[in-house]
Amino acid sequence: MMTTKKRKSSIWQLVSSSNIGRLFVILVPMLWLAAFFFIPFLVVFNISFTESAIAVPPYTSIFQWDATNTYATLKLNLGNYLFLFETSFYLDAYLSSIKIAGISTLITLLIGFPIAYFIARSSSTMRAVLLALVILPFWTSFLLRVYAWMGLLQKNGLINELLVSLGLVQHPVTMLQTDFAVYLGIVYTYLPFMILPLYTCLEKMDMSLVEAAQDLGAKPYQSFLHITLPLAKPGIIAGCLLVFIPAVGEFVIPALLGGSNTLMIGRVLWDEFFLNRDWPLASAVAIVMLLLLVGPIILMRKNNKEAL
Amino acid sequence: MRKRSWPLIIMAALGFLFLYLPIVVLIVFSFNESKLVTVWGGWSLKWYASLFSNQEIMDAAWVSLKIAVISASLASVLGTMTGFVLSRIPRFRGKTILSGWAMAPLVMPDVITGLSLLLLFVSMGSLFGWPAERGTTTVVIAHTTFCLAYVAVVVQSRLSTLDETLEEAAMDLGAKPSSLFFLITLPLIMPAIVSGWLLSFTLSLDDLVIASFVSGPGNSTLPMVIFSKVRLGITPEVNALATLMIVAVALSVLIALYIMRRQKRVVG
Repeated sequence: MMTTKKRKSSIWQLVSSSNIGRLFVILVPMLWLAAFFFIPFLVVFNISFTESAIAVPPYTSIFQWDATNTYATLKLNLGNYLFLFETSFYLDAYLSSIKIAGISTLITLLIGFPIAYFIARSSSTMRAVLLALVILPFWTSFLLRVYAWMGLLQKNGLINELLVSLGLVQHPVTMLQTDFAVYLGIVYTYLPFMILPLYTCLEKMDMSLVEAAQDLGAKPYQSFLHITLPLAKPGIIAGCLLVFIPAVGEFVIPALLGGSNTLMIGRVLWDEFFLNRDWPLASAVAIVMLLLLVGPIILMRKNNKEAL
Repeated sequence: MRKRSWPLIIMAALGFLFLYLPIVVLIVFSFNESKLVTVWGGWSLKWYASLFSNQEIMDAAWVSLKIAVISASLASVLGTMTGFVLSRIPRFRGKTILSGWAMAPLVMPDVITGLSLLLLFVSMGSLFGWPAERGTTTVVIAHTTFCLAYVAVVVQSRLSTLDETLEEAAMDLGAKPSSLFFLITLPLIMPAIVSGWLLSFTLSLDDLVIASFVSGPGNSTLPMVIFSKVRLGITPEVNALATLMIVAVALSVLIALYIMRRQKRVVG
């Protein structure tokens, strides 16, 4: 650690070596991200300790000045956090978001893996076409892809008509505005995020290893368990995290496909902010969500570094 | 040499069917004559006509296009700088922080990004008087920030696969860092920057949550208008709009992929 630290060139050394261009390309994105990515979190953190007030902006300050304007008292309101942990509604919302995101991630992995494997083993022309087919939905509107399911799932929608005409069900099934629709929506919209990292990993895999194992008498499931799966691990981790982390905070899918009892924390935050106008509580909801996601985000960075 | 495994082919085929069927159904039903979305009433273009005469949607589309072009361009410049710095400058203080800040927006839930930026703008407004009100500018800042991350990833991965000997040769021949970048590196990573721009453009055009937080009254973006319409149920006009957007995106992606493949063949 000490030796690497010494070799690191500091920003001031960069200036003294009159390398203005280099300093410029480092500082511009750094300052932009500091201002519009990092500092906003500090602001949210700060506001999560204030109280909601009927004012513009609708919260109190954590500093209270005395009459002479010389002394400031720091007053942190822990009430928002206490409220979050005392009210089962919020705890349930966090747990149910993690559950929904977790199960959807697993299903996405189960569907995505064969597709990724298939693409990785195709001929190179075929591979380019299939890859384009996976990437294409990724480019089309997320909102519209969720919307597409509303028409399919509704009571008199295509799926119900098909089920009834095939005689599989007697009456149309309620699918829209249920948890089922939310799982389906997450799996559907996030599938490309799972396939792409899996594909990148599987494509690099040396197939002769599998062949060698099978020559030595391993059954297909054995060579899959002991060779393919371990080699695909970085891709599996990357894919799962790319699906799980944003799915926990998902808003659009539960709002359009979920029912009124589908509890997800992204939706709770939205309602807290837009309907109840309780900015401090919404901030506390965001901070706790962020703390939940810090672990997975760090894991993702570590995994990315190892994979490179 | 490769064994054809039927279960795998069937699973992959079902997977692709799952990915595309909803989109195909949406497109077909945008040409439906009937107002009832699930009852087929014959082919018709009437929802396209009513879409183009819907002033609210047209205004929002214009706002969204403006925001998307500006954000994608800003994000391309800043994202290229970030990707370049992260892959070509070996060590500097704060590199870990920069790479963390640049990659985290990729997975950050939209509600957190939206809320945090809104609270930043409100605090800045009351501290410095800017931004006095929220609108196009604040949405552009927000979109630039999260699109920057995507451009940085694309550019960084392109740079990491790039043959560094070309850059080294230019340096050996005495090219200044600035001319090295503009004459050698930039042309080589241009396809990545273009695809980063396109990705940013579509992401910005598509964003509902962040825009809802940071946009001001009278500046509703297209996704905000679509969301308020579809919340109440299926609207044939939105089907028509969706079809147009999907076809436009599909065509531009296919063209971009084609160009990139051709360039790859030329560069080798």
